[in-house]
Amino acid sequence: MSARTSAVRIGLVYPELLGTYGDRGNAVVLVERCRWRGIPAELVEVRADEAIPGSLDIYLFGGGEDDPQLMAADGMRASRDAIVRAHAGGAAVLAVCAGFQLVGHRYEAADGAVLDGIGLIDMVTRPGPDRLIGEVVVEPSASGHWGAAGPPPRLTGFENHGGRTTLGPGVEPLGRVVAGGGNGDGAGGDGALAERFVGTYLHGPVLPRNPALADRLLAWVVAPTGGRLPELPSPLEERLRMERLAVGSASRLRQWVQTRHLARG
Amino acid sequence: MTRRTARTRVAVNAGRAAGLASRLTGRGQGATISGRVMNLISPNLLAELAADQRVVLVSATNGKTTTTRLLTAALEAAGRPGEAPAIVSNSTGANLTSGIAPTLASSRGPGIAVLEVDERVLPRVVDPLAPELLVLGNLSRDQLDRFGEVHAVGDQWRAVAEAHPDLAIVANASDPHIVWAAAPAKVTWVALGLRWRQDAATCPSCGALLDWSADRFDCRSCGFAQPDAPHHLTDDALVIDGRDVPLDLALPGEWNRYNAALAIVAATTHFGIDPDAAATAMADVRSVAGRFMRIPLGDGREATVILAKNPAGWTEALRHVAAHADTGVVIAVNAHVADGKDPSWLWDVPYEALAGHPTAAAGERRLDVAVRLRYAGVEHTIESDPLVAARALDSADVSIIASYTQFSALYRKHR
Repeated sequence: MSARTSAVRIGLVYPELLGTYGDRGNAVVLVERCRWRGIPAELVEVRADEAIPGSLDIYLFGGGEDDPQLMAADGMRASRDAIVRAHAGGAAVLAVCAGFQLVGHRYEAADGAVLDGIGLIDMVTRPGPDRLIGEVVVEPSASGHWGAAGPPPRLTGFENHGGRTTLGPGVEPLGRVVAGGGNGDGAGGDGALAERFVGTYLHGPVLPRNPALADRLLAWVVAPTGGRLPELPSPLEERLRMERLAVGSASRLRQWVQTRHLARG
Repeated sequence: MTRRTARTRVAVNAGRAAGLASRLTGRGQGATISGRVMNLISPNLLAELAADQRVVLVSATNGKTTTTRLLTAALEAAGRPGEAPAIVSNSTGANLTSGIAPTLASSRGPGIAVLEVDERVLPRVVDPLAPELLVLGNLSRDQLDRFGEVHAVGDQWRAVAEAHPDLAIVANASDPHIVWAAAPAKVTWVALGLRWRQDAATCPSCGALLDWSADRFDCRSCGFAQPDAPHHLTDDALVIDGRDVPLDLALPGEWNRYNAALAIVAATTHFGIDPDAAATAMADVRSVAGRFMRIPLGDGREATVILAKNPAGWTEALRHVAAHADTGVVIAVNAHVADGKDPSWLWDVPYEALAGHPTAAAGERRLDVAVRLRYAGVEHTIESDPLVAARALDSADVSIIASYTQFSALYRKHR
């Protein structure tokens, strides 16, 4: 691992607009997991009236309500070139829920409004018949994008969204939905996975519940040549992850029983 | 009373029987089941029960139970014995239609009904209850998995104000959602200040970014702005029409000064009560439906119980306990339906303020709390029972800040 001379710049984009579901937590986890390893890190908050700089190492796009999402889309489109260039130049992106929807080509809201996203990922989102709300369990895709450490273990999160996301041909999902809704388009996946990119519907927030996922994102920017991060024991986070996985799996069993019951009735 | 139909009388008696059964069997306080039975039997119940009452409705995301209690205290103190109108109020915090009906049914004749109403229920009960005053405090994010978005609630309230342009409203001028909701009616504004602005970033009217730079909101895009208020709260007092009314409350915390200010303005401007008399009447209220109750820990110490339901409430509660250096703190969180099933808000609350305080993570979601505290740099113990956790903390004083179902479990056991 080549030593970095500068701090890892972790960008929390538009926390006033895309911060409805504790999304700040993802930034806090990335910053602290750097510092605990002795890697200097800096939290950069990009306010909603500012241009998104091209100089960040990790871009975090979080969840938001409808009106704020509309504003966030304007800002992200205005800074599209900076984001795309930074990503192509080695930066990582974590996009969650509303933020995930906006990295695609297009997002159609429930009221018929159509928002153009930044088209970083080949995907579109349409309104669904209902909101998907509850615990989610996702088995990460076995993909080369994860790097030397391989895919993280099973992911846990909480979802709350009305959109249904369809990935373009050749775009991998973040993983297979074991319990819950995820992208909800019938393909059985959640989110999207690409080079130094994770998109997902998982809140919780997702990184406090899934420390290995946080470390994959960090490894992409701290050890881009395929090296590994120093180990960081996370027994407390792992206890939380195991607890939530058990709850998520139990809710899946409940769903299955209800579906069978309805089908027979 | 004469306007109640036979059907309503049957409904009220059946409801009371159900409530009594609930209390006798130890299932609850009986208000909600009692109201459900009443509503089931007589659909026009609310309108009939409210017909001989001067109805005041109090709603907000945070503080509605306490504001209701404080306003009731001021109204009760203002009347002379024998002359005073009877006052009924849903003092247990049962604030759905099922909680309102038994409260109204308990009135013994014409009087004043001061009713706390859930934010989502308010639009449905204004027509049947025909209130003469609404008291509206604040709107912020609360249980997103269940209730949806803040803007939607504000829009529903605004539709009520638009349909009733002559309705009197006492409202917080510092909260953009409240201003948006109340403005079409006859509003008396009181500027309480808004500490929690994370849910008030965009304009409720046009969706543009609000400018908060002058410590008040202003939409540069459509002109929607904080209205000038004849009454406002300072660090020292409530200023009503230029007159200082000191607030010496037994209730702790900055947020209870907001609640008291709102209640005093309602008592003064609508009911003609002297503001100092109203403030005095509120001064001795110590605990409201279990909020701020003290539970003996058995070792000479007492734990103060603070209810926090959402990020705005948690942030205020933390500011309060963090200001008392030798207070230990138990963070007790569940995630049942009544708490909100998604505790992601833990990451919006500045728990970093607890560094240095003996702290414990408790409740069913104690691991979520513990992980949050770890990343906040707050050393902590982990223990499911909040009282066991409180006893083990090495501190002169203990506060238990609890989510709704953790709070109500403590209240049921120790009231």
